[in-house]
Amino acid sequence: MSNVPVELKYAKTHEYARTNDDGSVTVGISDSAQDQLGDMVFIELPEVGQTVAAGEACAVVESVKAASDVYAPVGGEIVEVNEALVDSPETVNQDAYGEGWLFRLQPEDVSEMAALMDGDAYEVFLASEAH
Amino acid sequence: MNKQTPLYEEHLADGGKLVDFAGWEMPINYGSQIEEHNTVRQDAGMFDVSHMTVVDLTGERTREFLRHLLANNVDRLKDSGKALYSCMLNEDGGVIDDLIVYFLRDDFFRMVVNAGTHDKDLAWLQKQAAAFDVTVTERPELAMIAVQGPKAREKTLPLLSDTVRDAAGELKPFFGVFDGDWFIARTGYTGEDGFEIVLPAAEAVAFWRQLRDAGVRPTGLGARDTLRLEAGMNLYGSDMDESISPLEAALGWTVAWEPAERDFIGRAALEKQRAQGTTQKLVGLLLEGKGVLRNHQKVVTEGEGEGEITSGSFSPTLQRAIAFARVPKATGDTCQVDVRGKLLTARVVKPPFVRNGEAQIEL
Repeated sequence: MSNVPVELKYAKTHEYARTNDDGSVTVGISDSAQDQLGDMVFIELPEVGQTVAAGEACAVVESVKAASDVYAPVGGEIVEVNEALVDSPETVNQDAYGEGWLFRLQPEDVSEMAALMDGDAYEVFLASEAH
Repeated sequence: MNKQTPLYEEHLADGGKLVDFAGWEMPINYGSQIEEHNTVRQDAGMFDVSHMTVVDLTGERTREFLRHLLANNVDRLKDSGKALYSCMLNEDGGVIDDLIVYFLRDDFFRMVVNAGTHDKDLAWLQKQAAAFDVTVTERPELAMIAVQGPKAREKTLPLLSDTVRDAAGELKPFFGVFDGDWFIARTGYTGEDGFEIVLPAAEAVAFWRQLRDAGVRPTGLGARDTLRLEAGMNLYGSDMDESISPLEAALGWTVAWEPAERDFIGRAALEKQRAQGTTQKLVGLLLEGKGVLRNHQKVVTEGEGEGEITSGSFSPTLQRAIAFARVPKATGDTCQVDVRGKLLTARVVKPPFVRNGEAQIEL
C-alpha cells in the first residue's frame, strides 16, 4: 500500500535521500510522511551554502494539520533548494519523490548514507510504527 | 476501544483517515482536507456528526427549566422548530458547553451538545432538571449527518420523504422540522447553507450512500474545523471552557441580559464581570506574511502584555493563516505571534473571515 521506492535511502524521521550521479544527495519527505501530514500549505527551505550536520533540523513542512521539522539525513553543504515549493507546497503531496523534493546537498562523509535504511527496512519500520 | 458511529464502515469504504476524537473513531479527512473544505464552500459536502449528543427534554416546565439553565433566553423561541445557540454556564459564569436548542412544543425541546463534554453535560442536565420535573433523555440510537454548502439543500431535498420535502425546502435558517423519527434542521457549523439531519442509526448508511450518489462529498473533521474557523464560530475546549466566560470568548451576543429578573445559572458572576470589565477579549487574527498560526502560540501586544491563540490554522479560502486569539483588552489593530521562535505580525480582525463562500476580510 505504501509507496517506498527501493533505490532510495530513508531516515527514521521519514526523509528520503537519493544519491545523484554527481555525488550530491537529493532530500525530500517520504510518501508515507506526506500522507500522514496531509495537505501542505507552507514550506520553509534551508539556505544554499548552509552547512548542516546529519540529523540537524534544516527545513519545515507545514500542513493544514501540523508543522514538522525536516532533518538532514546526512551532513553536508546545501547546494540547491526547490524554490518552486514556496508557491506550490502541494507538490510535496502530489509527487513526494519527484517534483516534491526539498533540497540537494553535497555530503561531507558519504559513509553516513550507510546508516540510513534501505527501502525494505523502511517498509518494515513503517509497519512497526503503525502498531 | 474507541466508539464507532453507524457510519464507521462507510468512512473506511470512502478512504477516510480515522483518528480518535473525544473517544470516537472519526474521519479527519478522506484524502485532502483542503479539497473537502473547498467543496463545502463551492458545492456540497457531508459530515458524520453522529458522535454529538442529542438530548430530548420533556415535561410541562421544560421552558421554565431552560430559562434558568441557559445564558441565552429560550423565550426568544416562539415558533415551533426554531433553534437557539446558547452557552450553558456554571455558577462562576464559566462555559460548561455551547449548544443548540430547538423549541418543538412547550413540553418538548431538543438539545444538541458536544461529544467531548457528553458525561459532564448529562450529569449537569440531570442535576438541574430535577427541580423542574423535566425528563432528560439521551438519544444514542440516533445518527446525525450535516450536509453543507451552496448546493447542499438542492442535493438533499430530493432524497427526503415525500411527507417532509416541501416543509424542509421551506425551512427558514435556524429552523427544524420533524418527519417521524427524522429531524431536519437548516443549521450548520460551516458558514454555508445546508441541513443538519438527525435520523435513526439504522437508516444512516442508506442515506449517506444516497447523498454520496447525489454528488455530496464526504468531508472530515479537519475541514469541519477550518470551515468553522473561517466562519467565525467558536470551538468548545479550544476557544472557551469552564474557566472562560462568554464575555471573554466573543460570545457576549449570546447572553440575554433582559429581562433583568431572569435568573439564569451564572448570571450573578457575569454581571459582576460586566461591571468590573474584562481584561481579555477574543479576536480574529490574519497573519500578514507566510507561515501558519496554531493553537497555543503566544501572542504579544506591544505595551499591553501577552495572549494566546485559541484556534489557529491555514484558511483554504483566503490562502492565509487565520486564528482566534485571546488577547489583552487594549490590543489594537495589530499584534505579534510567536511562530516557531519568530515574531510575526498579525492583523487583528473581526470574524467571520468567510461567509457563504465570500471573503469577509480584506487581504
